[in-house]
Formats: sequence, C-alpha cells, structure tokens
Amino acid sequence: MKIKTLLFIPPILFLIILGVNLLFVSQRPPQKVNQLIMSSIGDASFLNPILAQDSASSDINSFVFNGLIKYDRDLQDFVGELAESWKIKAGEKPEITFFLRKGVLWHDGKEFTAHDVKFTYDKIMDEKTNTVRRSDYELVEKAEVLDPYTFRVTYRQPFSPGLGTWGMGIIPKHLLEKEDINTTPFNRRPVGTGPFRFVEWVTDEKIVVEANPTYFHGKPHLDRIIYRIIPEVSLSEMELLTKGVDSYGVSPHQFRRMSEIDFLKIYSQPALGYTYIGYNLKNPLFQDRRVRQAFTHAVNREEIVQYVLYGFGKVISGPFPSHLWYYNPNVKPFPYDPQKARALMAEAGWKDGDGDGILDKDGKPFRFKLITNSGNDVRRDVGVLVQRQLRELGVDVTFEVYEWSVFLKNFINAKHFDACILGWGLSPDPDDYQIWHSSQIEKGFNFVSYKNPEVDRLLEEGRKEYDVEKRKQIYWRIHERMAEDQPYTFLFSPIGMSALQNKFVLVEDGPSGQKIYQPIKIEKAGLMYDLTRWYVPTKTVMEK
Amino acid sequence: MTSFLLRRILQMFITLIGISIISWLIITTAPGGPISLTMDPKISPKIIEQMMKNYDLDKPVYQQYFLWIKKLFTGRLYSFKDGRPVLEKIWERIGNTLLLNLVAMTIIFSLAIPLGVFSARKQYSMMDRLTTFGVFLGLSIPGFWLAYLIILGTVELFGYPVLGMRSFVTEGFGAGEIVMDRIWHLLLPAMIMAIHGLAGLSRYTRSSMLEVIRQDYIRTAKAKGVPEETVYYKHGLRNALLPIVTLFGFLIPGLIGGSIIMESVFAWPGIGRLAYQAVLARDYPVVMTINTITAVLVLLGNFIADLLYGVADPRIRYQ
Repeated sequence: MKIKTLLFIPPILFLIILGVNLLFVSQRPPQKVNQLIMSSIGDASFLNPILAQDSASSDINSFVFNGLIKYDRDLQDFVGELAESWKIKAGEKPEITFFLRKGVLWHDGKEFTAHDVKFTYDKIMDEKTNTVRRSDYELVEKAEVLDPYTFRVTYRQPFSPGLGTWGMGIIPKHLLEKEDINTTPFNRRPVGTGPFRFVEWVTDEKIVVEANPTYFHGKPHLDRIIYRIIPEVSLSEMELLTKGVDSYGVSPHQFRRMSEIDFLKIYSQPALGYTYIGYNLKNPLFQDRRVRQAFTHAVNREEIVQYVLYGFGKVISGPFPSHLWYYNPNVKPFPYDPQKARALMAEAGWKDGDGDGILDKDGKPFRFKLITNSGNDVRRDVGVLVQRQLRELGVDVTFEVYEWSVFLKNFINAKHFDACILGWGLSPDPDDYQIWHSSQIEKGFNFVSYKNPEVDRLLEEGRKEYDVEKRKQIYWRIHERMAEDQPYTFLFSPIGMSALQNKFVLVEDGPSGQKIYQPIKIEKAGLMYDLTRWYVPTKTVMEK
Repeated sequence: MTSFLLRRILQMFITLIGISIISWLIITTAPGGPISLTMDPKISPKIIEQMMKNYDLDKPVYQQYFLWIKKLFTGRLYSFKDGRPVLEKIWERIGNTLLLNLVAMTIIFSLAIPLGVFSARKQYSMMDRLTTFGVFLGLSIPGFWLAYLIILGTVELFGYPVLGMRSFVTEGFGAGEIVMDRIWHLLLPAMIMAIHGLAGLSRYTRSSMLEVIRQDYIRTAKAKGVPEETVYYKHGLRNALLPIVTLFGFLIPGLIGGSIIMESVFAWPGIGRLAYQAVLARDYPVVMTINTITAVLVLLGNFIADLLYGVADPRIRYQ
C-alpha cells in the first residue's frame, strides 16, 4: 500500500469511531432504576466511624453502621438504634445503662453484642488510634459489659451532652480485634449493622452500598445507593441534568435555575451553624458593650442575607441555629437602626469631634482591622458589606483576608486581631461550653475572650442537666444574656438546599398489602432521615 | 558506550536525591499541616498533639525525611488521609491515567502527522492556511474552558452523562453498549487533552517536512526522474519523521503524569487528582512519592530520548 493512503487511514478510523459513538449516545433509552445516586466533591477516607472526619466518609458510614441511639427527626430527643432502651441514673456519678436489641446481625452474619460496644469504646480511647472522637468520652470513668445485651457507662461527673456521643457507629469486635485499626483493610470494606451493606469502593470514582436484607428495621426499599465522586461542583449539576446523579446540594445562586427543571424538587432547611463577626474583647475598643450593640444595629443583616445569600439565610439573635428547640424565639434580632447605633456610640463617648466623618474619643479615631479567611466567598462578601455599613456609622474599617492556616495560627489562636468574620458549624446538642466559658479563653475556642460569670454558671448547669425541658430554660437564658452582651454580632444561619429527582417517594405497606406512597419531606434531622423508606415506583405517581 | 551509560546513571541518581530533598523542604515548609487545623469545638488540643505524635510529625524535618525513605523502601509507607499503603494508592490509578493518556497520544499521532505532512506538501494553499489557523486556535484556547463548553454542549445536545469513566445508570445495556459507553467517556477528555499536543506536533511535522524537501538528495531524486509522490512520501517523509521518534522519550513522564485539570473536570480518577488532593491535604507521604516517581520518569525519559537520538541518527556517537 502506498504511504500516502496509509496516512489517511488513522484520521478516517478516528472519525468513524467518533461518529458511531455519537450515534449511540444520542439514542439512549430512558431508564428508571430503583436506586439513589448521590455525589460528593471529595472521596471518602475511612469507612470506619471512629476514624472518619470528612463528610463523604460520614455519609457512607451512616448507611453502613448504627449507633446505640440517634437523634429523633426534630433533633431534640433520642430514639433507640442498636439500644432498644436506656436508663439514666442521675447523681454525682451518673450511669447510663443501654439495653441492646437482641438478634441484630452484622452484615457477615455474626450476632451483635455488648462486647462490640465495649470494643468500639476501647478502640476510641486507645492513644494509638488516630481519632479525634476521644474528646467526646473524656469524662467517662468506666464502661462495662453487664451481659451480652446490657452495656453501662459511668461518668466522672454529670455530663448531659455525653448521651449524644453514643450515637457513634459501633464496629465489629470479631473482625477488628487482631487488626491495626489505623491501617486495616476493613477501613475500605466495612462490615456494619446498618440498613445498607457495603458492595464496592472504586477510589475517587464511586462507592456502592446495597439494601441489607437482614436489617433489624426491615430491608430498605431502595435496591442500592451509588455515591459518586465529582470534584467540580458546577459540573455535577450537568450530571444532574442528564440524570447521572439524583441529588445535589444547591447553592443560593442556582436556586432559580434549578427550580425551573420539571423533574427536580428542591428542599430547604436552615443549616446547623451560623456566621458571625467576633470582637476581640481584650481590645479596649470593644470592651464597652454599647459599642458592640451599636455595631449590630449598624450592620444591615437583612441586606447582607439578601445580597450575599440571595435571601437564603435567616438572621439570628443569639448563638444558636434558629430552627432548633434551644433557640429562644422571644429574643428578637436587633433591627437595622443607624440612628440608634449613633446614639449608642455617642453614649459610649464616640463622637465625630473633628468633622472628618470618623468617630473619635479623646482625640483618637475609631479605626480597626476586620479579618477573615480566604477561600470562603460568603465571608469575603459579608466583610465588604460590613466595611461599608460601619463606615456609614463613622468607623474606619480595613478588611483583610488571610490563608486559613496563617489566619488561625497568627491571628485567631494568637488572639492578635481586632474583629473577625467566622462561622460555627454546630452539633445538635446546645452545649457551647468550649466556645463561651471563660475557662476556654486560654486554650479553648473562646478566642474573643468573652467572660460573663452568669453565662459561665449557666453553661456549667446546662451540661449537668439531663432533663430536656430544664435544659431549654437554661439555654434560653444564655441566649438572652448573650444577645445583650453581643460578644459577636450574630449574623445569620445559612439555609441549605438540596435538589432531588421527583421520582423518589416514601413508601409504606398498607393494611391490605398495597403500597402507599407519600412525598418525601425534609426533617430537621435532614432530608435523608427516612432513607430506608425511599422508593422509586415504576410509574410516576408524584407530581412536582 | 558503557562508561557513558554508567556516568548517566550515576548523574541521574544524584539528581534524584537532590530533587527529593528540595521537594521535601518545600512541601514541609508550606503553611498548614496534615492534621487539619479545624475549628471544631468538640476536638481538644490534646488529641491533636497525640495524633501529631502518631504520625511522627513531632520529629525534626530531617528525621522525617529519612523516615519517609525508610518507610518507602520497607513498604510501610501509609497515607495520612486514609491509612492505606501509598504505593497501592498510586498503583490503582496509574491504569486510569495511562488509558486516558494513551488514547490522547494515539489521537495526537494519528491526526498530527498526516495533518503536518499534507500542509507541508501544499504549503500556502487554502488547506495549509486553514490548518495553521486551526492549530493556533487550538494552542491558544485554555483546555478547561473548552472542556466546560464541550460538556455544556454535549449535555444540551445528547442529554447523555459525560463525567467519570462510565455511566451509572446502565440497566438493560448489552456488552456492546457498555463498550460504547466507556468509549464515549474516554473520547471526550482524550480529545480535549489531545488538542494542544495535536497543534504542536502537526507544526513540528510540517516544518521538519519542509526542511527535508529542500535537501540536496531530494533534488537529486527528482532529477533522476523518480515520481514526485514517491520522492515526497518515501524519501522525504522517512527522514522528516526521524526527529519525531526521539519525542517518544519525552512523552514517558507525560503518560503517567496525569492532568490535574482535565481529570478534575471530567471526574477521572487518575494520578493528577490524587496528587492535587494530597497537596491540599498536606498528605506528605503521597505528595513526596508521586513527586519522586515523576522525577524518575522525567530523568528516564531524557535518558531514553538521548539513546533514541543515537538509534535514529547514526551520526551521533556516545563516548
């Protein structure tokens, strides 16, 4: 054959393959499979609940493992999981006794017992285990197995947030006893007791779990869950459109576009956390409460939510997420009131004496530096707005952004800052001892150096009290005090949104064996609270 | 020849040690660390200290370097992120990256050489001008931007999943359809990755071809009465392709190296993404090992390129 003809062959071959392939993809039949495809930007690290720290691992672990108890759908109380019931004996050294469910099987068929619980606890407490969970159990004096179905923990002192820590996933003793927990292959092919059992993990591509037929609450209705790793958030939206993923975390700016897609349903819920401006109370500028109050009046939080979060945020009045039971609804957020802000500043002695537009006192202008970390666009935008709004009050603010590790090490932990924009992500328990108690100023997270003896006392009481109603009174009181003190300007709780294909329904078996379908609802505990009852009917039964 | 080889190998070894020491210094002095600086009020500072100790991070930097070497060669090097052996983590991705890069490379060579040859043959013709324009366009368009556009376009046109190595809803697919699906997921990223190389290599072929056909022996062949086509495609092309053969040596590191951007955009589980994530997480063992492997490949590639020169061109001798 001639060389000239040979040269033509590869390009033509390439075009043929491309053409046939395009023909194939343009004629794909529509499918409806009884499975859920989720996506995450990062891969999981440890499919072992005691080691996992990242959200991808925690997601999968919540499918594969169970704790002794878990939060109810309102995140207020607990319901039993591996423990059928439990008893709390209050006192100087409280005891919690868990009565475990009988006949629960690990995915490999062995029976679950109290020895597994003890093993999990021991592994967490072992210094060689690379876990951050150890802090949760520091107040435990002893943990003991009374019989294969009874497990008891004794605390050194009353510690009510301790109960929630027993929602930690329990790992099987018989598989891990002889392994090095940090590097065992178990961490990549876990065996749990949960509603879904592990099938495969292809690194950085997907993790697959399937319905566990021996699950103690009955086999889940979905056949399987596929957890995909898609590192680009904006592109996983493309996969949502081609139905390559079924659920998606929607950012505020995407809301309008997403809500117009007919096969999606969007769910929203305030997040468990909030964004704030923290004032360094060691700095004389901020020691007067009236100054901090004035700032909160001068910052137009509604406007910030409107412009930065497209309206998807809720202005809060204190240190708690607004949709939970310990948020005191009687404390109203300070309204945006520049007049009042100016009056408060004047009361505190700050007046514009020299007419340059900047407030001053004893000849010194009110000038400070506001900082935040890079990589968070919301905080950056908030900073710019706050800077302008405080300028209107007559305060000269410089705003600077630092790389996270530098930000933490050189500024926050060194307490070398005037004011910072940061956020807290919280757990459902209201205990904020580490953030607000004055004993946490030196080495804890009270880096604004907030000190109020009454709040200290209330925080101590709050973590000693096991009764939910009494705790609520305590935390409502804390909320009131902090709203007066304004150690932070509490800004907002962002509202989290998820898009889900509307092919999913909640299914229930009716009295005569027929299936009853209901739309999926979002609970305070999250969209996936009833995941085991999710189902994809073959025909569309739900409208948007 | 033997003394040349020995000298080169010794040189490579020394360079490698230098590279590893410098990269170790750069990596460990970068701000941040592997134990995440979280602001989680539920984690006490005591625990963080203990974890630093478990990972040997409390030791001086030079000791950590020797520990890394020791662990690497005894097979006890584990990733900070998920506690898995580092070599296993790298190994399981090499296949994916290799597949993608081989396809891209095949596209480059099978299209660039004909393109270069034909545009040299018809220099300054309409076709030559068009390919020149296309090539400069290809060189100047940022790959990730093009990738985004193409993804948007194909999703709009076909409504077929693009990201990842395969589709996830494949119920009712036969073997043929599964193969087609895999090809689809491979073709898009490979084509976009090929564009830069295609542009470069076709230019290279063109100029090499133009240079050769101005040589004396081509004129001689023509004067002898050899048909124009034969002179061009037989005598000319063979000699013009010689320098391109040596390019293969330089391609070796590129084959394994992986592309961070394309692998992230197309959710392709390859080496590039592993390296990038490891850097972000300050996963020192993984970053260092990938660095070293890449360095070895670059050095080897240069070495092979040197040898290929000699094979392709008998005028070059090694002493």
